[in-house]
Amino acid sequence: MAIEVRIPTILRTYTGGEKAVEASGSTLSELIDDLESNHPGIKERLIEAKDGQSDLRRFVNLYVNDEDVRFTGGLGTELSDGDQVVVLPAVAGG
Amino acid sequence: MLTISSAVRDAIVAHAKRDHPDEACGVVAGPEGSDRAERFVEMINAAGSPTFYEFDSMELFRLYKEMDERDEEPVVIYHSHTATEAYPSRTDIGLASEPGAHYVLVSTREHGNSEGPVEFRSYRIIDGEVTEEEVTVTEES
Repeated sequence: MAIEVRIPTILRTYTGGEKAVEASGSTLSELIDDLESNHPGIKERLIEAKDGQSDLRRFVNLYVNDEDVRFTGGLGTELSDGDQVVVLPAVAGG
Repeated sequence: MLTISSAVRDAIVAHAKRDHPDEACGVVAGPEGSDRAERFVEMINAAGSPTFYEFDSMELFRLYKEMDERDEEPVVIYHSHTATEAYPSRTDIGLASEPGAHYVLVSTREHGNSEGPVEFRSYRIIDGEVTEEEVTVTEES
């Protein structure tokens, strides 16, 4: 199953400079594990442990087909062939 | 060094004054690799706070999609401080994730919503390192 994942500038060190890579998985969580196997280190930049469970990092946004996954089931968001995943760091500060 | 037109600088300052005492934020996009701050894009501060800013996540998504379609990048990422100097806070440094961008800070602490000069400064923030840079304002728009 091929899903295109768009990688932001700051994480392209993990993808050899590639702006987009392919990955597979039937949920976002599986997709991130698959990304990690080909681009070691990237998972840690997307996910953190919160109250003993893994969750998306607060200041990383993930979108599946133009929707913020925080509103579609988070890491459990289901994926199918041809979906597009976009990773964008939050633009934020104090 | 950041080179910016007076029109774009004035637009950033006007946005900061208008949103004071909350922080204002936005981007100036330009052709990829050009370092030209051309297209001024005001963003909503989803945090609506005098001490924090965050681009709304869907607005952020649309902005990056649009920049991608136009072969642009964020040349400037700006925000205001409303009670402190125009210098990146610890949070600003920790969350900075565009190593190619000029981070512009404006402080409205002196005059708030009123007329009057504001501090307008620019920085590179790379891997937690802040480097202030000169700002050159040009008259072309």
